Order: sequence, then C-alpha cells, then structure tokens
Amino acid sequence: MAGESISRISGKGVYVQGNDIDTDRIIPARFLKCVTFDELGPSLFHDERFTESGESKNHVLDAPQHRGAAVLISDDNFGCGSSREHAPQAIQKFGLKAVIAGSFAEIFHGNCTTLGIPCVIASDEDRKELSKIIENDPEASLDIDIEKREIVCANKVFQVSMKESAREAFLAATFDPLDELLGATEEIKAAAERLGYA
Amino acid sequence: MGKNLYQKVWDDHVIRKLDSGQYQVFMALHLIHEVTSPQAFGMLRDKGLNVAYPNRTFATVDHIIPTDTQARPLADEMAEKMLQVLGEATAEHGIEFFAPQSGAQGIVHVVGPELGLTQPGMTICCGDSHTATHGAFGTIALGIGTSQVRDVLASQTLAMDPLKVRRIRVEGKLGQGVTAKDVILHIIRVLGVNGGVGHAYEYSGSVIEAMSMEERMTVCNMSIEGGARCGYINPDDVTIEFLRGKERVPTGAEFDAAAEKWRSYASDPDAEFDDEVLIDADDIKPTVTWGVTPGQAINIEERVPKLEDVEGLEKNLVTDALNYMKLQPDQGIKGTPIDVAFIGSCTNGRLSDFQRVAELIAGRKVSDAVRAIAVPGSEKVDREARALRLNEIFEAAGFEWRMPGCSMCLAMNPDKLVGDEICASSSNRNFIGRQGSPTGRTILMSPIMVAAAAIEGKVSDAREVFSLKGEE
Ligand code: SF4
Repeated sequence: MAGESISRISGKGVYVQGNDIDTDRIIPARFLKCVTFDELGPSLFHDERFTESGESKNHVLDAPQHRGAAVLISDDNFGCGSSREHAPQAIQKFGLKAVIAGSFAEIFHGNCTTLGIPCVIASDEDRKELSKIIENDPEASLDIDIEKREIVCANKVFQVSMKESAREAFLAATFDPLDELLGATEEIKAAAERLGYA
Repeated sequence: MGKNLYQKVWDDHVIRKLDSGQYQVFMALHLIHEVTSPQAFGMLRDKGLNVAYPNRTFATVDHIIPTDTQARPLADEMAEKMLQVLGEATAEHGIEFFAPQSGAQGIVHVVGPELGLTQPGMTICCGDSHTATHGAFGTIALGIGTSQVRDVLASQTLAMDPLKVRRIRVEGKLGQGVTAKDVILHIIRVLGVNGGVGHAYEYSGSVIEAMSMEERMTVCNMSIEGGARCGYINPDDVTIEFLRGKERVPTGAEFDAAAEKWRSYASDPDAEFDDEVLIDADDIKPTVTWGVTPGQAINIEERVPKLEDVEGLEKNLVTDALNYMKLQPDQGIKGTPIDVAFIGSCTNGRLSDFQRVAELIAGRKVSDAVRAIAVPGSEKVDREARALRLNEIFEAAGFEWRMPGCSMCLAMNPDKLVGDEICASSSNRNFIGRQGSPTGRTILMSPIMVAAAAIEGKVSDAREVFSLKGEE
C-alpha cells in the first residue's frame, strides 16, 4: 500500500483569494524546467509574490503571521489550466498539506490526491468565515477531519465535502494507486492481448 | 439502449474496479514529452520499476525546444538537461523518441495524429492537458499528472473515475471567416471555463460533421479550457480517410478491418447522454478573448463588459482582468493595437492553418509595429508547408517562419513576450503571464484573425480585412 492513511490535517490557514486560479499562476511555466520536483517550493505563486527583480510584493503567503501555514484556502475552480504536477508538488514542497476551495479543476484534483494532498470543498459562506477567522487570528488552527467531512476552527464546526473516491483513498491509504495497479499484471496482459496492443 | 462512444471505449479498456472505487483502465497509447516525464522516470528508478509497454509509448520534445536554432547543446542549460534526460530515459527503456531533426519531431498533439498513432476507439494519455486534441478521432484522450505518467509507464493503466458525457450539438452552417477556433471559443464562452467539470464533451451536429480532421482537432484541443476532462468527435468517413495511408496505420485488408472496427465506436443513434446542449451556428462570429481566461471572450463586433453588468465576485474578476489587459470597461475590442502576432501551437499549428492564412496574406504586409511569427506544429507540417512554398508567402508578408515547437504558446523556450506586450495569438491560453512575461497580454483568436491583426496592427475583423462574405 501507499503508506499511512490520511484522516486528519491540522494547522494554520492562509487565504489566497480568487476564482479560476490556474496552474500557471501557482507555478509559472519557466519553473517547469526541472528534472526533479525537489526545488519547487520557493517558486509557489512566484510571480504573485515577487517582482521581476525579485523583490517581495508582500503576498499573503509571505506575511509573517501566515508563515508555516498548513492549509491553503482559495475559491472556485482552483488549479485550472495546465496539467502540470509541478503545481501540487510546489504546494506540498512549500509546506502546505491540504487545500480548501469552492471547487477544483479535475486534473489538479487528481494530482493532489495521488500526492496525498486532500482537496476539500467548502461553501462560499464557510470559506468567507474561515478566512475571516484566520485574518483576525492567524494562529487559529484548522482541524480537517476527513472521516467526518468537517473542519473545526475557532470552536466552530464547518461541514465540508470531498470527492468520495479521494476521501476513501486517503482513509484506506490507497491514494497512491501504483501498487494496486501493479497487482493486476495478468489482467493487464489479457487486456492488451484482447485489444490487440500486446 | 445504445451506448455513446465514451461508454464503448471505456467498457473496452476497463480492467477492474479498485478498492478506492475507481477503475483500472488500460491505456492504448501513451505519449510523453520532456516537461512532465523525466521526473516520472526518476520515480520509476526510485522504486526499481520498468516500463511495462514501451511499444505503446512514444516520446517527442516540444515545450522547451527553441524555434530559431536547435544546435546542441541548447543555449538554455536546463532545457538541454531536460532533452538529455528524455533522450537517455527513452533509450534505456526502448521507447521510440521523435528527436529534433528526426523528421517526426513536433508538438506531441500534432505528432500523434499525423503519424496515425492516434486511432479511433483508443484510450490515450499524456502528461499534458491538451491531450484532449486526440479526441477528434473518437478516443478518450486524457491529460494526466506526472505521478500518473509514472503509473502508466509502470503498468500501462490508470486509476480513473468514469465521467458523465455532455453532447454539444453545433447545428447549421458557419459564416465566411468563422472557423473551428471560433466554434470552440464560443462554446467555452457559453458553457463557462468550468462548465465541463466531471464531463467528457461529445461534439456533434452538422457543423462538426462538416469539419476536416484538423478543424476537429482545434475544437477538441480546447475542451480542457471549458473544464471538461476530455472531448471527442465520433469517427466517420472524414476520420477514416484522414487515417488512410498514414505511416503508423495498417494497409490493405487490415486497414479495412480496422476502419470497420473504428466506425463501430461511434455513439449509437439511441445512445443516452447525461446532458445535451444545442449551439446555433448563426450565433457564432469571429471570437476573441478580452480577459485572462479563455471564457472571457466576445465576438469581434462586441464591447468588453461594463462593470454595471456584473455583480459580486464576478465584478472583481472582470475589473482585475480589464486592469491586467489595460482595457477600459465597455470599449470595443476591435481596434486594440497589438505588438506581436503568433500563429502556431497544438490548437492551430497544422498545415491547413498555414494554408488558409497564406491564401489571405499573399501579397500583403504585416504592420511595421508588429513582430509576427509563424511556427509549424511539427517537422512534417514544416516540410509540407515548405513544399507548398507557404513559408515564402509568410516571409514575404513579414512573418518569421520558425522551426517546430510550442514556441510562444507558453514561456518555456526563448519565444516570449516582453514587458506588457500584447499578442494576437492562435494558441489556447490567455492566462496571466502565459506567454512569458508576467505582465504580457494575450488575445486568443483564430489564425485568420491573427493574420488580420498582424496586417492592420490592431485587433480586426478578418471578414473585413480579407473581404470574406456569405457562407463558408
Ligand atoms: S502548443 Fe501550447 S498547449 Fe500545446 S502542448 Fe505546447 S505548450 Fe501545451
């Protein structure tokens, strides 16, 4: 199996506002030039965080009070655009462990799931409220309970949802499907032969 | 009850249900390129795994390849490294690699179809979101992430959730100067950039049926911009005739047998769909984007949004997009000056795109204020265009004719916008910073609209510039 199951994620949150945040913004294309993903963390949202000469634009991700955040909150259609896995890899390498949004683009969602980054869907009101809470108290912890489909934050309970297959995969530690896929060697061979691809 | 194409291809390729509730699906064809695959080979190595079906896997290089000179080593060290790693990995695992100057190199979604690797009824995947292009042949064609590239390399299968299928019928007849690109920009505008989430799009109707394969590829290419996981068109005579004689397609009696099989994948007349949308060809005009998503589009006769007309979060999005694009609310899009014109990409970098534009620009001149480049999608497109002397027509008009690659579609090679330059582009994405400058601006449009803009030096109506009237 893929290792440990993921049932809870806790930590500080940071809210990156906006619908349709695409993967070009999450990780600009020039950072795709790499043969491993290891160095991507610092380039997360690079062009929104830094000017062309490398000065900080005081992006919310760089605000001292949000340093060390584990949960990224955003809005609708998060992760649209290019299929680059560099985007969730950069999110993970930056230190973020879960993303809460109104909705997710599908390829991005799939990539996150395989890497063990839960994509949690929360309503407009709940995201607004969560972002208010962390604005007023950046130290507030968001406790995401994947089993119960809820977030507890500042003593309030928020009902959230997740794609069911992803949720089950996190709980069963099968979110990285490779081992299971490899378990079907004979069936794969049979399919290849039946379809004329052997 | 009949089945639609998606269901038929799915049923053919499903291997089993996984514990997570997803399905394990066999991939008939796996295409790889230098940006999203080297890391996957590294993951295989870490796990001590091999490539399961190297004969179903094909590699090319497109994103990072310069289009002015391909002399090795490439000037950009990182690009050189990526190319090397791909070359080594494919050699090690016995994967065919369409390297530069092999005669077959090009943009992955141009190369697959032109060689005939892409065939109806297949499941196709590639670590690239525009894999949907191959759906034009009646395939389930999916963009995947690098971990999934790893999965397919190791097992030739993917863990997948089934999709819903929305049939989009485009009925009627397109007017002169209205192209496949306008059809898909219009569809995205109508259904939204996330209208397709959870869906495969089936494009059908008389307008789609009347299209050539290259036009169909333009439509399917941008399915992802509409939020759909993939898009497809049912195989028909046009598909079969396109494939006849292609390098990797069987010949003689084998071809006839294959063609019969291919046809059988088309959606049955009584197939059910989860949803259906009807688009009237009369509503489609030459369409251009004004904002920073492909859905922020209007037709050439319209004006960009007024802020009074939008509400809530949408108002912020529109305001931000207009500010970024340096456009005023309610201004007409026609007449917006441009700095750069780009014809190319996997959306519109095929032979017919250059042929159509060449017919129109022959004997005309690109505006002095415009830097214009034409970039064939593959070495084959380049060869065929040169044989027709299209490159000379482009060059005489003031375009640079470049070597094949993704070029200015995205900022991973030396072709980039500078500062806040504004580009009339035949590519598929107008995201912030997409064309290489964090403040660069992109207006998506059809190749003939790019040509019109290049000649006039501003966003123009190709129907007026080239005196196109009546029905196509
Ligand atoms: S041409 Fe553009 S969209 Fe197509 S594969 Fe290359 S970078 Fe991607």
